[in-house]
Amino acid sequence: MTTIKFTFNGKAIELTTDPSRRFLDVLRNDLRHTGPKEGCGEGECGACAVLINGHIVNSCILPLANVHQQEVMTIEAFSKTKRYAIIEEAFIHEGSVQCGICIPGMIIATESLLNKNPDPTESEIRIGLSGNLCRCTGYNMIVKAVQRAKERGRGLW
Amino acid sequence: MVEHVIPKNLEEALKYLNAKPYKVIAGGTDLMVQHRAWSALSPNFKTPLLFCFNLNALKYIKVQNDEIAIGSMTDLETLLDHPLTPEILRKVISVMASPAIRKVSTLSGNIINASPAADSLLALYALDAKVVCRSLHTEREVLVSEMVLGPRKTQLKAHEIITEIRIPKTSFTHTTFVKVGGRLADAISKVAFVGCAQIVNNQVKDLRIVLNAVSATLIRQKAIESQWLNKAPNVLQSQMDTILEAYEAYIQPIDDQRSNKYYRKQTALNLIKQFINTL
Ligand SMILES: Cc1cc2nc3c(=O)[nH]c(=O)nc-3n(C[C@H](O)[C@H](O)[C@H](O)COP(=O)(O)OP(=O)(O)OC[C@H]3O[C@@H](n4cnc5c(N)ncnc54)[C@H](O)[C@@H]3O)c2cc1C
Ligand code: FES
Ligand code: FES
Repeated sequence: MTTIKFTFNGKAIELTTDPSRRFLDVLRNDLRHTGPKEGCGEGECGACAVLINGHIVNSCILPLANVHQQEVMTIEAFSKTKRYAIIEEAFIHEGSVQCGICIPGMIIATESLLNKNPDPTESEIRIGLSGNLCRCTGYNMIVKAVQRAKERGRGLW
Repeated sequence: MVEHVIPKNLEEALKYLNAKPYKVIAGGTDLMVQHRAWSALSPNFKTPLLFCFNLNALKYIKVQNDEIAIGSMTDLETLLDHPLTPEILRKVISVMASPAIRKVSTLSGNIINASPAADSLLALYALDAKVVCRSLHTEREVLVSEMVLGPRKTQLKAHEIITEIRIPKTSFTHTTFVKVGGRLADAISKVAFVGCAQIVNNQVKDLRIVLNAVSATLIRQKAIESQWLNKAPNVLQSQMDTILEAYEAYIQPIDDQRSNKYYRKQTALNLIKQFINTL
């Protein structure tokens, strides 16, 4: 057992548990945040994505120890921001959501991309989303949504 | 549960390593997959773990003498964006994994995982990169190509940690990287290739060719490269069969879920040929 301290959705928290546990399990089972999903469980699909210090990371292969003293934000807290509101409107407008299971991860990937590069080209958007799989949409509607979000959200990123 | 330590600094990490053969865990992108258990259960590690990814003293990229020195806990996404990262290394990193994985994976993890299909090793072999291995009382520098002994086998000693990767500054007129994989992101290579050359006054002054996923460790044959120095590119092009035959002896791929021997061998030879034809 080790005590891990980090900022979780804006609040400083401490957890005393096995630090080798997958951060995804800690999020879903201990912290009861079920926005991050388990798809593949091995880093390939992005359904479990969260923001660590503003950058996308897959929580299913992230040992809890590695978030020690870092800033974590999940889709639950991100969904209360202005940036989220822009992304949400764009995803709805472009019809980018079908079954929805990939969407929390897609939104985290969009935020991470725009945070780093507020004006990405189409190819940069595809690279930014390349670690996120979607079984329903065929991706083009999601790419369009990111283009719309970057236009309508100018100045926010 | 196995024992775990999150060291506060490098000195503390070295002391722990000296006392017990802890397994160093950097980003964990290889280790967490290899030790995966059922969802909600702890990963099945058998050895005590030393979590080093957040050792800030090992996160840097700087010029040191005639080399680029990279702290071993620097993540690949940071390297991708850094102006000091050598061009060919940047090209390779840009197609490794995905942005989410690159943010939490390291060169030292790719080296010590010692996969025959490791991508960063293509550039590290080509650039004659070295690793600095430290223990509490020792420090040694080893070429990356000598560090790796076979699949999942390296000459890292039990009490050692890699602290730095050193890359001699070199300039090339030609650099090529091609990765053949099943998907643009998150794909393990079926075969991948790095070629670097320096052509001055129509003479090949430097030539480096590296292949992965076609033998137990990556292929770089300095003896073959040096035979073709100080010749005009069209001499190499006219003797293509001799060059390819020399490499063919080392290309010994296997069949697996990603590809088969025949495809890998033919593709590897085509990539060498294509590169030499661009010189
Ligand atoms: C979805 C996915 C996609 C991937 N795509 C690619 C790809 O395209 N190309 C590719 O080559 N790889 C790929 N990988 C593999 C992996 O991401 C890389 O090998 C990565 O560089 C490993 O770094 P890490 O820090 O996560 O290593 P870890 O998992 O932390 O460690 C790996 C090994 O290195 C040892 N180690 C790490 N750092 C040190 C150190 N400083 N000193 C001593 N020992 C050390 C560990 O003990 C362990 O044995 C992928 C992995 C995933 C999950
Ligand atoms: S569940 Fe984490 S990447 Fe698929
Ligand atoms: S909307 Fe169903 S997986 Fe993407």
